[in-house]
Amino acid sequence: MSNDAISARGDLRLTRITKSYGDFNAVDDLTLTIPKGSFFALLGPSGCGKTTTLRMVAGLEEPTVGSIHLGDTDITTTRPYQRPINTVFQNYALFPHLTIFENIAFGLRRRGIKDVKEQVDKVLSLVELPHLAGRKPTQLSGGQQQRIALARAIVNRPALLLLDEPLGALDLKLRRQMQIELKWIQREVGLTFVHVTHDQEEAMTMADTIAVMNEGRIEQMGSPADLYDDPETAFVANFLGQSNLIKGKIEGNDGDNLVIDLFGQKISMPKKRSHAVDNSMYAGIRPEKFRISRTGTPTRGNTLTGGHIEDVSYIGVSTQYVVAMPWGQELMVFEQNDDGVAPFDKGDEVVISWEPTFTFGLRGDEDIEAGTEVNPEEPAEE
Amino acid sequence: MSQKIKDATIPTIPTKARISRWFGRNMLRIYMIFGFTYLFIPVAYTFVFSFNDSGKSNLIWKGFTLSNWQNPCGAPEVCNALGNSIKIGVLATTFATILGTMIAFAIGRYQFKGRSSSNLLIFLPMATPEIVLGASLLSLFLVFKINPGFWPTVIAHVMFCTSFVVVTVKARIASLDPRLEQAAMDLYANELETFRRVTLPLVAPGIAGAALLAFSLSFDDFIITNFNSGTLITFPKFVYVSAARGIPAQANVIGSSMFFLALAIVIAGQLVNRKKAR
Repeated sequence: MSNDAISARGDLRLTRITKSYGDFNAVDDLTLTIPKGSFFALLGPSGCGKTTTLRMVAGLEEPTVGSIHLGDTDITTTRPYQRPINTVFQNYALFPHLTIFENIAFGLRRRGIKDVKEQVDKVLSLVELPHLAGRKPTQLSGGQQQRIALARAIVNRPALLLLDEPLGALDLKLRRQMQIELKWIQREVGLTFVHVTHDQEEAMTMADTIAVMNEGRIEQMGSPADLYDDPETAFVANFLGQSNLIKGKIEGNDGDNLVIDLFGQKISMPKKRSHAVDNSMYAGIRPEKFRISRTGTPTRGNTLTGGHIEDVSYIGVSTQYVVAMPWGQELMVFEQNDDGVAPFDKGDEVVISWEPTFTFGLRGDEDIEAGTEVNPEEPAEE
Repeated sequence: MSQKIKDATIPTIPTKARISRWFGRNMLRIYMIFGFTYLFIPVAYTFVFSFNDSGKSNLIWKGFTLSNWQNPCGAPEVCNALGNSIKIGVLATTFATILGTMIAFAIGRYQFKGRSSSNLLIFLPMATPEIVLGASLLSLFLVFKINPGFWPTVIAHVMFCTSFVVVTVKARIASLDPRLEQAAMDLYANELETFRRVTLPLVAPGIAGAALLAFSLSFDDFIITNFNSGTLITFPKFVYVSAARGIPAQANVIGSSMFFLALAIVIAGQLVNRKKAR
């Protein structure tokens, strides 16, 4: 079996995986399929179990319960060196006693490949660092080490490439540049990339599919646009961008739409965008979906009246308003500065409105603070 | 009047202040000179008196000669004693380094029952007074009807050197990032290859340092050796015994040679490191 594993190809399937440390379940009954050739992101705050999941796929940890398949091959208990899977470690883990060339050739040599020069040179030019072959890792900058760690993994053409917070140690500008480069390299080499990160922007920039993890489970999985436009839980709504969540009650149906009462004002939204299980629910609207207008002017779509501007922050491309509503809640509104209309001032009486199709519905028993207290810039787990 | 004095002193800093400022700046340097002088006077003395045309007793300077250096084995028994010390040192170092490195890996890398107590017990031979160790080892050998001599001395040296090797190698292992080994396994190296290609090369400087330490500890050990070596003469024993009737200048020659050899090894190590870093 172990000899087959190294040549296994196909989708990665995690089936009912649990990883326990004593009483604590780092990963809790997780089932997940990662299609071959995709750029997949596991996104979540520190301690959500994403790194543990990655380590189980790499073979550095063994699941307490459950199985891992690559294509048709069961790799649950296969040793790391018997899996066609390579990892870009968070701190890069380049071998300090070997040159860059030997670092990259390491995997090829262990698999008994004699003539490594051509392949190493090729991957060095892919990451645009062919002149560094003779150096030692400590002589390289963080960004260069990052690329070498990537080159060392992809030179083996693994069935699966795992990236553990690969850009965490880089500064913001370099991180942006590497995000684009990683995406390009993934398309170029056509490998399956599984990327673990706590940075929602990074996940949305690079991945085709994102699985949002929280407390050892997957909250929601889908394309970046799906997750952003139609989050199913308060955690996803808050962890990916910002959301306004307003307590409401489902009053009835109107064709494909639901009629909802928000503190005495009626709005409507598409039925299929509601994830509520009973009449009690939260209506969610992203801050940039709101339009803001002076009380008395005509509006379109859903309308909430009786607000007044509490705070104004001019950001350049947009202006961010905090609008206090009659029921005591403060809503975030982002307005593009593109219509030549004079911005509102603190204290102005306003009406906010939005297209009904932008509304998403969450269960009424959700904790609307879930996912907000997480600081996405905090250092990663371990 | 006081106004006048003040005016006069403004352009130049008072001598007293200047001296104290100079001391402030150079205090560390002066302190260092004193410290090194203190440390190196005995070494310098040994070296200088290795050129003494001494005759029997090497206590009073009688004139410069190179004959001691030209003929280091000139004094009776000195080279025989040196040979014994080197043999014991090499054997003890070899066994202690192998044993100690394995213990260091076991304690540093694996979880097992009795790990923390092993960790503590390994310090005991270092903390126990040598006189106690030497005496108890002797009675132990006698209980087993083993006569003091060459091999009991080697066994005794392995025992106390092992502790030092464990502590030195363990420190190196602790500073080794476990993710490097994980990366090697991830890159198709099995356990044995990972150890040979990644772990061992990275821990090697620690092992080499431990071996040097073990050799120097074994080479100049007197107390434990004195109990367990019987009639066998080692270099420290030779020096001790001949102290009563005057240490021959050849002992200074050998002592100085050992010092310069150790110095050469340290400098060579530094140079290699600097070259590697570049």
